[in-house]
Amino acid sequence: MSLDVLTYLFVGASFALYIGIAIWARAGSTKEFYVAGGGVNPVANGMATAADWMSAASFISLAGIVSFAGYDASGFLMGWTGGYVMLAMLLAPYLRKFGKFTVPDFIGDRYYSSTARTIAVICVIFISFTYIAGQMRGTGIVFSRFLHVDIDTGVLIGMVIVFFYAVMGGMKGITYTQVAQYCVLIFAYTVPAVFLVMNITGHILPQTGLGATVLDSVNPAWADKPVLVVLDEVVRDLGFHEYTTGTKTTIDMFFITAALMAGTAGLPHVIVRFFTVPTVKDARSSAGWALLFIAILYTAVPAVGAVGRLNLINTINGVDGQGTPYAQMPKWFKNWETSGLLAWYDHNGDGKVQYAAGSAFKGKPAFDGENRGEELKQRLVTNPSSGEFDASKQPFANEVFVDRDIMVLANPEIAALPDWVIALVAAGAVAAALSTAAGLLLVISTAISHDLLKKTLKPDIGEKQELLAARLASVAAICVAGYFGLNPPGYVAAIVALAFGLAAASFFPAILMGIFSKRMNKEGAIAGMVVGLTTTMAYIVYFKFMGGTKDQWFLGISAEGFGTVGMLLNFAVAFVVSNMTPPPPAEIQAIVEDIRIPRGAGVAQDH
Amino acid sequence: MKEEQAIAYWKENIGLILRYLAIWFVVSYGCGILFVDALNSIHLFGFKLGFWFAQQGSIYVFLLLLVLYARSMSALDQKYDVHE
Repeated sequence: MSLDVLTYLFVGASFALYIGIAIWARAGSTKEFYVAGGGVNPVANGMATAADWMSAASFISLAGIVSFAGYDASGFLMGWTGGYVMLAMLLAPYLRKFGKFTVPDFIGDRYYSSTARTIAVICVIFISFTYIAGQMRGTGIVFSRFLHVDIDTGVLIGMVIVFFYAVMGGMKGITYTQVAQYCVLIFAYTVPAVFLVMNITGHILPQTGLGATVLDSVNPAWADKPVLVVLDEVVRDLGFHEYTTGTKTTIDMFFITAALMAGTAGLPHVIVRFFTVPTVKDARSSAGWALLFIAILYTAVPAVGAVGRLNLINTINGVDGQGTPYAQMPKWFKNWETSGLLAWYDHNGDGKVQYAAGSAFKGKPAFDGENRGEELKQRLVTNPSSGEFDASKQPFANEVFVDRDIMVLANPEIAALPDWVIALVAAGAVAAALSTAAGLLLVISTAISHDLLKKTLKPDIGEKQELLAARLASVAAICVAGYFGLNPPGYVAAIVALAFGLAAASFFPAILMGIFSKRMNKEGAIAGMVVGLTTTMAYIVYFKFMGGTKDQWFLGISAEGFGTVGMLLNFAVAFVVSNMTPPPPAEIQAIVEDIRIPRGAGVAQDH
Repeated sequence: MKEEQAIAYWKENIGLILRYLAIWFVVSYGCGILFVDALNSIHLFGFKLGFWFAQQGSIYVFLLLLVLYARSMSALDQKYDVHE
């Protein structure tokens, strides 16, 4: 069977499974639509949370970032897992006891204010749309590379599938499809990771393979030295910064990690998952299960990154480290060159491909249409860099551009794995993107139908109408998300930094103070959220979109790390303002006392 | 439940959270970021120790913390008779 047929088979079968589950688990009430009836088993919820959490960014991009940034990427690994510790100990159990449907529900009720609720609704919608655009795009890339449809058609197919199970099943349908999607994506990630690490080190487990020694058959010069030691030496000889140490300042690294952690704990689509379990105890254990399922992938990532980089260098520069003639490059190199995510320009004219520090092109490579070189048939590029290099640091100029996103997708091909593994990776990447997109869509539609319509604009609508409104809102949200997928905003990575920064500076402090401080009142919370949001937004927009430069950074903190500063400002302002204004009413203080005690959680309440 | 009991339960809970979060802070921000250079001079099983904490070790510890916290809290709920 050809690769194309296999890929259609794998992706098609997984779609059939998701749709089947959606029909089986369709929602009949608002409670089922919003929180799956509040009766999801904690292990299943943990799995669904993991699938919800691990998006196209985790599946496709993370290993690539680690691979090329080394230690500097550690903030993502620690931040995106450590956030669950905060979530489990500081937020999830109490929000479950509170027993409502949404994050704005908590903010609005705890701070007895429709202004606070409205601010929360706006944040939810903004954060979730930011996130979803990237997922739709990720789906499109996978479809275009593996199924040979164009990216736009890929986005449309993804929209139709998500439409099917998110609109029909609501949270109930999404939860059970996410369980299936987790199984598909984790299998699709680990199988190639195991093969890749085994090829280089002979170890079966990627987690231990990272510390293992390189096999003689890979490159005799590296034999019997640990992967990370070899990698440090090799990248240094090619003019890069050492792999296992960082280039970022300690304070920047600290603030970036903190922003990612608090952002993770404050993301509405993650928090809402803990409304679906039956008890407070289940909310605690479910967070543990979620982290376990996430950690299976996240602890494999550093190995995939490091071994993948070593493999890439070895394949391109060859065993002697002098470069490989283009004619002898393996098929995957040419495949990805065709799809435009890899490019080569022969700076020194020796016909060999060489990889080292520096950029081979001015920015991203601009291909000269479909034109190819006369002799070697490589794709022609119109914007090569000058090709100058510091001969005291590296042996040759860099001649290749490798898009970071191909690391995971190309790994099975680089490691020469059978076709079915490649098809599996395609199905896994789509599962990762769709599961996250569905969770986000639900949060958006809930924010519109429940928080905005039912709680703010038209409190007298019945359950049937609210359910209809929720479904209509999902349809509208899918269309908007699809639009962003087809016309992606230029800086997807920058916008994702914005989503985490805003969650860290708004929801995380507001919810935390709502639980741990009885004295916190609406004036304090609203002032804190507004200050946290506006400063973070202004800082990130200035440095990411208006050309702010590094020497202007506040205390040496980058835009990615500023969410932490916003969070600290939020806390400070909230405490000062709340101490100058009257304490919250007695019944609100009673609510706070009540959510601290597990007994009597019951099922999620509508009112 | 009496009010003093609720207060005592909450105090013990806060104590547990602070203890677990202290470990959480030490393995990630401490070993993985603040003291990473010092720890990197120690080599174990092919890893620099600081790098290992930053990319793998902290995740294992996080997982352990969540398991232990869920257990401690269940015991605490029983002790104060506030379990579900």
